[in-house]
Amino acid sequence: MEALAFLAQETADQKAAFAALGAGFAYGLAAIGPGIGIGYLVGKSVEAMARQPEAAGMVRTTMFLGIAFTEALALIGFVVFILIGL
Amino acid sequence: MLALEFPPINEILRWRDLFPTFNKIAIVAVLATLISIVIFLLASRQDGLKAPKGVRNFAETIVEFIEQQIIMPTMGKHGLGWTPWFLSTFLFIYLCNLPGVIPILQMPATARIAIPMFLSLLVWLTFIGTGFKHQGPAYIKNSLFPPGVPGPLYILVAPIEFISTFLVRPFSLTVRLFANMLAGHILLVTFALLTNELITSDSIALKPVAILPFFMLVFLTAFEVLVGFLQAYIFTVLAAVYIGGAAHPEH
Repeated sequence: MEALAFLAQETADQKAAFAALGAGFAYGLAAIGPGIGIGYLVGKSVEAMARQPEAAGMVRTTMFLGIAFTEALALIGFVVFILIGL
Repeated sequence: MLALEFPPINEILRWRDLFPTFNKIAIVAVLATLISIVIFLLASRQDGLKAPKGVRNFAETIVEFIEQQIIMPTMGKHGLGWTPWFLSTFLFIYLCNLPGVIPILQMPATARIAIPMFLSLLVWLTFIGTGFKHQGPAYIKNSLFPPGVPGPLYILVAPIEFISTFLVRPFSLTVRLFANMLAGHILLVTFALLTNELITSDSIALKPVAILPFFMLVFLTAFEVLVGFLQAYIFTVLAAVYIGGAAHPEH
């Protein structure tokens, strides 16, 4: 009986450990792509604004739109992190 | 060493209910509505012909911001009739985000999924309604079958367009606002806890280290003000893009 209880406890612990591990990986992996993407996007936007300052307003709006779409992936990863990790 | 334990998620997102079903989130949302109503009522009292001052100055700045920065780049001149709609959406979201950094309140109302979800449902219904109003039943055809695609490819394109226009848009609007505010809130909680834990720790060597998470906390608070504004702006701009796109189909 005692051994069974111990085993059940062990399984629960393992489950929690794997959930924490999975949560960490989920967020870490989800952050890679958007990180690269947003860096590239903003870098190019700054380049565009420096070349043509009079178009800065338009570039800025489009840049924020692009950031919003790129960032969504990282945020979904973050939500998954919350769902399985906590 | 440190007995740092992160509180369960419910504890940092849920305040004591004032009375059943009315908690801090509801207070923040009601306050946001009341404050924006009061600002514009006060502003409309003043004589429009004289030079604006006080609260009217503020109100005019916001209206101009909405017109010049949100509507003009996305919908163009014919979208200016939508100003009140975007103005109220923007102000409501901004005033819901801001309490995340206001002491005592310390909770952005948009960090619970209900408010972002209903806001994006509102946007969803509005852009579909606008599409039907401006294009009639052809709106479905125009949005599922974009022009300029070779015939057989429509078998692939139509389902993708359906998913991205009618399913992913409200979902991503919701998740973007919700997750940004929740992430900010959790970051602030983390650094506040860390500071507190280091200051109250037993070992004297650890106490001065508390200055590091404290600086991070101050920096993140300033960052959250920016994020709150940016998310309200992005939500409104995306709503404008969706509604503008529904009103005028691609050719």
